[in-house]
Amino acid sequence: MTSTITLPDAIEQRPASSMPWVRHSWTLAGRSVKKMMRHPEQFFDVTLQPVLFLMIFVYVLGGAIAGSTHDYLQFVLPGILIQTVLFSTVSIGVNLNTDIKEGVFDRFKSLPIARSAPLVGATIAECLRYSITIGISLIAGFVMGYRTSTSILDVLAACLLVLVFAWCLCWIAIWLGMISREAGSVQGIGFMALFPLTFGSSMFASADTMPGWLRAWVNVNPVTHLTDAVRGLLTGGPVAEDAFIALGTAGLILAVFAPLAVRAYRTKA
Amino acid sequence: MVDMTNYAIKAEGLTKHYGDTIALDGIDLAVPEGSVLGVLGPNGAGKTTAVRILATLLQPDAGHATVAGHDVLRDPTAVRRSIGLTGQYASVDEQLTGRENLELFARLLDFSRPDARARATELLGQFGLTEAADRRIKTYSGGMRRRLDLAASLVGRPEVIFLDEPTTGLDPSKRDDVWNLVRMLTAEGTSVLLTTQYLEEADALADAITVIDLGKVIAHGTAAELKQIVGGRSLQVRPTNPRDTADIRAVLSRITGRPVEEPTRGLLTTPIEDEKDFTDVVVDLAARGIPVTEIALKLPSLDEVFFTLTGKGVPDDAPADLDKEPVS
Repeated sequence: MTSTITLPDAIEQRPASSMPWVRHSWTLAGRSVKKMMRHPEQFFDVTLQPVLFLMIFVYVLGGAIAGSTHDYLQFVLPGILIQTVLFSTVSIGVNLNTDIKEGVFDRFKSLPIARSAPLVGATIAECLRYSITIGISLIAGFVMGYRTSTSILDVLAACLLVLVFAWCLCWIAIWLGMISREAGSVQGIGFMALFPLTFGSSMFASADTMPGWLRAWVNVNPVTHLTDAVRGLLTGGPVAEDAFIALGTAGLILAVFAPLAVRAYRTKA
Repeated sequence: MVDMTNYAIKAEGLTKHYGDTIALDGIDLAVPEGSVLGVLGPNGAGKTTAVRILATLLQPDAGHATVAGHDVLRDPTAVRRSIGLTGQYASVDEQLTGRENLELFARLLDFSRPDARARATELLGQFGLTEAADRRIKTYSGGMRRRLDLAASLVGRPEVIFLDEPTTGLDPSKRDDVWNLVRMLTAEGTSVLLTTQYLEEADALADAITVIDLGKVIAHGTAAELKQIVGGRSLQVRPTNPRDTADIRAVLSRITGRPVEEPTRGLLTTPIEDEKDFTDVVVDLAARGIPVTEIALKLPSLDEVFFTLTGKGVPDDAPADLDKEPVS
């Protein structure tokens, strides 16, 4: 018996693109953004939180820590900005953990697209949230009296640096989201890990007054280097070395956790 | 003899363990091109595991399989280009609208934006979802969701479709809807692997049926062939008045020469070999003026096939047998 197999039209229509992976990821990022827009409460943490934290730290603690609220605002704004963005990297793990239990990921896996595309797509959409946080923090700070003393390009570079760092860090959350049974445990572990990273840094106070053991941690903490680099880019000061260390660590995190996350996703039945 | 049949799906010795649990214990499946294979088995038989392996979502521990001529292990991407998968639970995005879902899958299958839009519109129309196109899936009824799910698996015009328990949890009228859609597909020559725990469904839709239980194939054949396993037909009579039961019993045993049983209260059955006996019973009862509510020549149902093969009953929600042929 002979039989003719007609090619599905989809194959004939396939455009000759060399980067299907990028296109698929981008398409899936569009899906994630649409979903975000339909759940505006997902933006609460990235919009209200920086404002709230800024007000608490500046008006409640600022005077006591730095002598004047304005001086403390000039010091702490990069810290609050980075802290909010880093904490919001946890939610992608939580969301994917629940998302993946819905059947739609089965369909993604049955499609001729790269296994990593749904994950990469989700991270691209997250960058939108991070950008909103960065923008809101800067605007709120500006309203409260924060002033940058560098060029607009430096300010943009600071924003980009935070964005890249957060994007790399969110792969840890994704990996946790893939290996955790419950969405709640992703949040628990994520926040637990972020407390020493954020508070144990130069975000809220200079390391000079800290006990020696803590100062040792603060000095190696990549978040300290990120904060110092951003401070330098916003209000002047040395940047290159701190930025280099921050980006290097972020790259290392990405190199380790992105493959782990994709592998965990592939094997998750 | 060389097998010249072209197979849409051919699997040999598929094995999958989860720790100590054996989900699949070396099963063989074959779906000739353009045909529908029903994979029938109770919950936990391994049906879904088999589908997930064939759809490249899972890797088997042993065995090999080809789908649309591509090896599931060596060339999973080619397999994915050729298949459509409809899961046990609607595998679409609840937060998106019907149209957005179909366009998303079309875009992921590399349709251009206008082509994706056109394909979505076409499928929405074909599946009677045009009016609901711009509503989010979470507002859809169970039946609509299932239809969209089917539509989503057809976006890329696949050669082979997997339907994993497509009607589980649907009420009977919605089930008929899905059945008609499946018939529509198969009329176009698409090869289908259908898993079901509804014997009636396999009988109604499939060209051949593979019965699996505890990860093993326990029987394979057409519905008619499977019924042969259980054997002959029986005659069922339900007396209108319970006091006639003894008289009817006497008539039945005299004419058929076989023992008469009462499997459920008020229903007498006896094996029947000669169809003429059936007529004789009808004539005899009429001559004696004994009224009956029901008299039927019954083929063994797939329920009974399953019972004979596995020695255990089928799930409670299994539908009534199709093969009753009421004559009065």
